[in-house]
Amino acid sequence: MRRLDRDENAADRDELGDSRHGRDDTAPGDENAAEQDVAGGIRGYVVGLLAAGLLTAASFAAAGTGLIYGPGVPVALIALAVGQMGVHLVFFLHVTTGPDNANNVLALAFGVLIVALVLFGSLWIMGHLNGNMMPPEMMRGM
Amino acid sequence: MSAPAADPAADPNELGREERPISERGPASRRIVVGYGFWVFLLSDFIMFSAFFASYAVLVGETAGGPKGAELFDLRYVAWETALLLLSSFACGLAGIALVARAEAWFQAAMLATGLLGFGFLAMEVLEFRHLIADGAGPGRSAFLSAFFALVGCHGLHVGVGLLWLGTMMAQVRAKGFREDIQRRVLCFALFWHALDIVWVGLFTVVYLFGAGAAVVGGGA
Repeated sequence: MRRLDRDENAADRDELGDSRHGRDDTAPGDENAAEQDVAGGIRGYVVGLLAAGLLTAASFAAAGTGLIYGPGVPVALIALAVGQMGVHLVFFLHVTTGPDNANNVLALAFGVLIVALVLFGSLWIMGHLNGNMMPPEMMRGM
Repeated sequence: MSAPAADPAADPNELGREERPISERGPASRRIVVGYGFWVFLLSDFIMFSAFFASYAVLVGETAGGPKGAELFDLRYVAWETALLLLSSFACGLAGIALVARAEAWFQAAMLATGLLGFGFLAMEVLEFRHLIADGAGPGRSAFLSAFFALVGCHGLHVGVGLLWLGTMMAQVRAKGFREDIQRRVLCFALFWHALDIVWVGLFTVVYLFGAGAAVVGGGA
């Protein structure tokens, strides 16, 4: 009996063809497949907008006011930025941790790895190069 | 003993574990393939931006006796830019919902709002650049300013190209309706637009807030 139901579902999906997708994958940015209703979709974007707005306001407050202990400001800013990027990914781009999103998340993880290598690698290497530079006075004496 | 799992559709953790093996299900739908391909492109775009970010971070101290970031950046102005771009991203999301609901009037209105907000952002950025250049803080002044104009300008260029794309999508939906291929293009545009907002988050944090944060720490406020 259940077997039959499932076949009907499959036939439904085939009929809808390209516009819908099977239940095993989601395109990044696709509206949440589970809730095709308009109200649910709008609610998701409103939640995302509020969360992103709050995090942005917190970032500007942390940098512009003396609210946070000075040396801790950069760490707070980085944490807030990473959090806001996460909010954008989940609520706006719909890249989530759901099993239908495994491909998107794996690609994202690889991208994050390369971005981290480029950023920290450059800073690390250039910092050491700066440290090993010959001081200008010595250069002049050559 | 091993009872068959409940209906896969009911339990999200059983997604993709149908009785038919994955090798026999055929290719994914066009929409998933296109969306995934564009996602990979966006990730490569992020990697390109990371190189600009890295060069900015390396050169941020090399002001050659010229102005530092703390003397140039106005956080209030940047906050307005940020608000415009965030609201533009939100409007773009609403356009995506209107697209799924096939409500053309709402779609065009939301896209128009997206475009106007994005244009406002771009106009503010161009004005800021003009002020900087008029004040003798152009890209030729120091390595720091070269890196600043390259990084922020690259993002602005993306926004400008995105605006052209946005206008094209509005016209295509108007002329051709909600066809499958048009829907895929709008999906890719929405991904592009949201991704630009993510880059801007990194940008206003690293460039503007770090620049001004140094002023608070250094100046003792």
